[in-house]
Amino acid sequence: MLVLWMVATLTFFAIRLIPGDPAEAILGGPGSQTSPEALAAVRAEYGLDQPVLVQYLAQLARLATGDLGRSYSLDQDVAPLLVGQLGGTLLLAVLALAVAWLLALGLATWSTRGGRVAWYLGSGLEIVAAALPHFWLATALIVLFSVWLGWLPPISTSGVSGLVLPVLTLAVPLAGFLGQIMRESLLTALESPFVLSARARGESERGVRWVHVIRHASLPAISLSGWAFGSLISGAVVVETIFARPGLGRTLLNAVTVRDVPVVVGAVLIVAVGYILMTLFTDLAQRIADPRLRAR
Amino acid sequence: MSDLEIQAGLGRSPRTGAPQSPRAPRIRRFGVAEVLAGLFALFLVTAALFPALVAPGDPLGIDPLSAFQTPSPAHWFGTDESGRDIYTRVSHGTGSSLLIGTLATVIGLGLGLVLGTLAGMLGPVVDFTVNRFLEVLFAFPGLLLALLFILIFGPGVATATIAVGLATAPGYARIIRGQLLSVRSSAFVEAATVLGRSPVQILMRHILPNTLAPLFVLGTLGIGQAIVWASALSYLGLGSAPPAAEWGAMLSAGRTYIGSAWWMSFFPGLFIVLTAVSATALGRGIERRVRRA
Amino acid sequence: MSDESGVGASVGAPGEGDGGVAPAVRVQNLVVGFGPQNDTDPVLNGVSFEVAPGECLALVGESGSGKSVTARSLLGLAGDNAWVRADELSLAGSDVRGLSEQSWRRRRGRDVGLVLQDALVSLDPLRPVGREIADSLRLHTRLGAAARHARVLEVLARVGLSDAGNSVRKRAGELSGGQRQRALIAAAIALDPPLLIADEPTTALDVTVQAQILELLTGLKLAGTGILLISHDLAVVGRIADRIAVLSEGRIVEQGPAHAILTRPEHPVTRQMLAAIPVDKPRGLRLSPRAAAPVSPAAAPFLALSDRADPVAPRNTVLEATGLVKRFTRPDGTEQLAVDGVSFRLERGTTLGIVGESGSGKTTTARLALALTRPDAGEVRVLGQPFSAASEKERRLLRPRLGAVYQDALSSFDPRLSVEQVLRDAVGGGRTGRGAASASATTAATAATAATASAADRLRVLALLDAVGLPQGLLGRRPLSLSGGQRQRVSIARALASGPQILICDEPVSSLDVTVQAQVLDLLDELQRNLGLSLLFISHDLGVIQHVSDQVAVMLDGRIVETGATARVFAAPEHPYTQTLLGAVPRIGF
Repeated sequence: MLVLWMVATLTFFAIRLIPGDPAEAILGGPGSQTSPEALAAVRAEYGLDQPVLVQYLAQLARLATGDLGRSYSLDQDVAPLLVGQLGGTLLLAVLALAVAWLLALGLATWSTRGGRVAWYLGSGLEIVAAALPHFWLATALIVLFSVWLGWLPPISTSGVSGLVLPVLTLAVPLAGFLGQIMRESLLTALESPFVLSARARGESERGVRWVHVIRHASLPAISLSGWAFGSLISGAVVVETIFARPGLGRTLLNAVTVRDVPVVVGAVLIVAVGYILMTLFTDLAQRIADPRLRAR
Repeated sequence: MSDLEIQAGLGRSPRTGAPQSPRAPRIRRFGVAEVLAGLFALFLVTAALFPALVAPGDPLGIDPLSAFQTPSPAHWFGTDESGRDIYTRVSHGTGSSLLIGTLATVIGLGLGLVLGTLAGMLGPVVDFTVNRFLEVLFAFPGLLLALLFILIFGPGVATATIAVGLATAPGYARIIRGQLLSVRSSAFVEAATVLGRSPVQILMRHILPNTLAPLFVLGTLGIGQAIVWASALSYLGLGSAPPAAEWGAMLSAGRTYIGSAWWMSFFPGLFIVLTAVSATALGRGIERRVRRA
Repeated sequence: MSDESGVGASVGAPGEGDGGVAPAVRVQNLVVGFGPQNDTDPVLNGVSFEVAPGECLALVGESGSGKSVTARSLLGLAGDNAWVRADELSLAGSDVRGLSEQSWRRRRGRDVGLVLQDALVSLDPLRPVGREIADSLRLHTRLGAAARHARVLEVLARVGLSDAGNSVRKRAGELSGGQRQRALIAAAIALDPPLLIADEPTTALDVTVQAQILELLTGLKLAGTGILLISHDLAVVGRIADRIAVLSEGRIVEQGPAHAILTRPEHPVTRQMLAAIPVDKPRGLRLSPRAAAPVSPAAAPFLALSDRADPVAPRNTVLEATGLVKRFTRPDGTEQLAVDGVSFRLERGTTLGIVGESGSGKTTTARLALALTRPDAGEVRVLGQPFSAASEKERRLLRPRLGAVYQDALSSFDPRLSVEQVLRDAVGGGRTGRGAASASATTAATAATAATASAADRLRVLALLDAVGLPQGLLGRRPLSLSGGQRQRVSIARALASGPQILICDEPVSSLDVTVQAQVLDLLDELQRNLGLSLLFISHDLGVIQHVSDQVAVMLDGRIVETGATARVFAAPEHPYTQTLLGAVPRIGF
């Protein structure tokens, strides 16, 4: 709650720093010739003629009731507009997180059991994957799968096939990050005395991995998932733009380009809420995975 | 029977009976990856300082007759819609991309250092405040913070650079604070207190060097990411704009011709990826060396 | 001297050529190495032994001698890059050389069980211990879930884990040290294997808990399990082993009945290890062979006490603590009294030993004495002057009189600094500050003074190294690359740098091998006599405390429950807790 309030406050005052008259922006930017009367009317409509503090409190009051204001450019209420876009982005992010986890786990597991070559290959793949910019990966995937092979649509359609490329684009770099961390903890766990104990009990290599090691390897990656979610939202901005996919990210980017302040503020707030929820969820998941945390 | 005494004295390091880990290969003096990364970094720095040395052509020279050529011995990376040589443009773009990345990292590290040091050094009240502030910043995913900044100050190279720096600062601040706190509560700082050193002496001799040393590694790792981010902004049309020979801007320009001229996007992107990978490999290498020394 | 009713003789070790029953394990000429088979020295070189059912063979050696590799080789777990050769290697009578991984898996847990040192990390910290124990049953039997559960409870009862029904659901972290070690043993004996390999099973435990675990192992042995006990500690081994094999640098140098090895050792390595045990050795008796060179006379002037005739300290008490109290707040908000009304006096030139088990408040007491934490009540006085009550600025004037030696020497060194830099920092002390100031002044005279000071510092550093028996060649090395004993010597040298009168040693030898421990204890003793130091010596090890102390204080739950002259406390302990402690000390007595 405190964080939310501070986010709202910070964005509100940050927006005040924008040079130029917001009323002008509403009417089409500084370039457009607008009459003083129109400006005054707009100011009154959006409450821009009030003192800053009053505006601030008014905005907080509105936010508290879930009213995010009205878009300058789209002439629409922000809240329903963004909520409508939220679903697509969430679906994308959740799928990407899941795929990234699978990829990372698979890569980490494979590269720690296949000897030297697999080790180097695995860690190399992870570093390269982590360094892949979304926009370039997306381009490469489009060229490969849509232009050359023609398997998948270059533009995100509503069907499942339209989801594949965007999800992959988001998941691969994240898998690189998660994989590096997972392999590190996987190795630590594999060399720990309890694994030796388990082996001495006659546990098979597969048993060691599934019964013991995987849980230990997942812990740090779970705690990073909150951060990962944030980075996915960042990535969604790019990916949605490239694949022309409707969603929060693309709306946000458009709003930034046309300086549609209420939309930006609304989107930022929604993302912040999402981040906070995700952090809570991560904490919960950690407690489930690591009973040692429950005692505290 | 003074064997043991003498052996201990001569520093025969005891071998542990436990078998060495068979899985993590021992790090050799220079890994293949590090050498390759180093060579590529060398190339980049040369290209950044003396672009004419690696690519003598003119990055902005238009030659409409040879537009959209596929990669060939004459044009290694092909040409773009105005017939400009992509290889030349990529090489000449190194300077600005590297500069943006480095500046953004310096800004991010600088801000992070200020915030982290404030939090780590000035007692619990400041620590609490700064921590809450960082928490708020963390609620904005990096690119969002950058977007917000650009919203306020308008698009452009300078704002994009600062925006990326700003967006990376919270992460750095958190790491620096953690490092500072762990060094401050370390046994060797306590040992220095017992020896009767003053807080200022301890700060200068132990705390600062041990906190700042990892920053070098962080910075190396960070430059790669900063370049990726900055080019993302350029790509979205919020940073450098075409026809400037900056990697992100070139990618953005190539987007239009993705179906017909893949090389226009591929090679600038490849350079971004290679730069980021090299930075990571070098950063890791330095980190290992620092930790082992 | 050699009372034949000792542990070793009473059990009646089965003869080697017993014939009838197959030995639990039999090893002939075991050679193990890592890396390429031809160009590396083997870690184990021709080890032979056997353990009969109901017999305990102790494999004793220092770190690096190859003990753990032996244990792992017997389980086929020497590692992916290890090669193992033997003329014979059989478990429960069948040859296990060259077994496939799958056949090995069928034997592990069934023919041989393994118990490791620290149950906190040797049991999966994320799983309930019941599940860990049931694993062996799941892997080797066709028992159903209910039958497995019943068997787990049975095994837990067998290892004496009270409240077994509750314990099965707990994780290693939620059990006490003794309980989780019992659970670990339960996991190893769930299938009643004929051989139990126990690799330092009591090393991480408090002495009273150690005694209980040894008792448990003895019970298993009497019930017919063959035990291969691996340990660095001859005294511990003496309590339970029928036979002892001494391992040194990958070879068994001596093997025989326990009491013979302990009372009539033949090999020099064994003799040295026995001599190094501090229990029941009077103060001042050397535990290690004499060093090649004693503190050289040249070093003496540099190490002279800062105050042969200190005007501020006419009294004999150099360090005095009165009514120290320290509270900590636990994470759940409750308060814990770590130190509860501790008072002691350290007299000039003597050693006060503080002994107690983990959690007794020893280390907090040391930190209070060094004024690293502020007491909630009571005060510490150094040389008659207020110390804990003074401001840190005033304290800094007294700090040179106090030196400190820590258990974990490595972490007490700045990882960036070499040995020389560490010692120069300690020697230069206040001067580095002034030196920096004078460096900014540009007159040639000050520069010259700085140079002289620097040269003098170097001499002092060399003298310190000499005093702790380290060669000058180590100056450029980083502490990370030194051995444990060398690190502790550097740590002592640093503590001596300011010419202190008091040394506060917090578990200075507890992470060292017994012969290295002996060397460090001898060094401290020698330094104390030569320099007239007063020592506050904190340890969990009663044997060490008995050997080094003039006065002893026994701590329990933050209080000193008994204090007095060492000889009196050890001969006639008054407090029941002291009696329990002393009863639990492993000693070699026949």
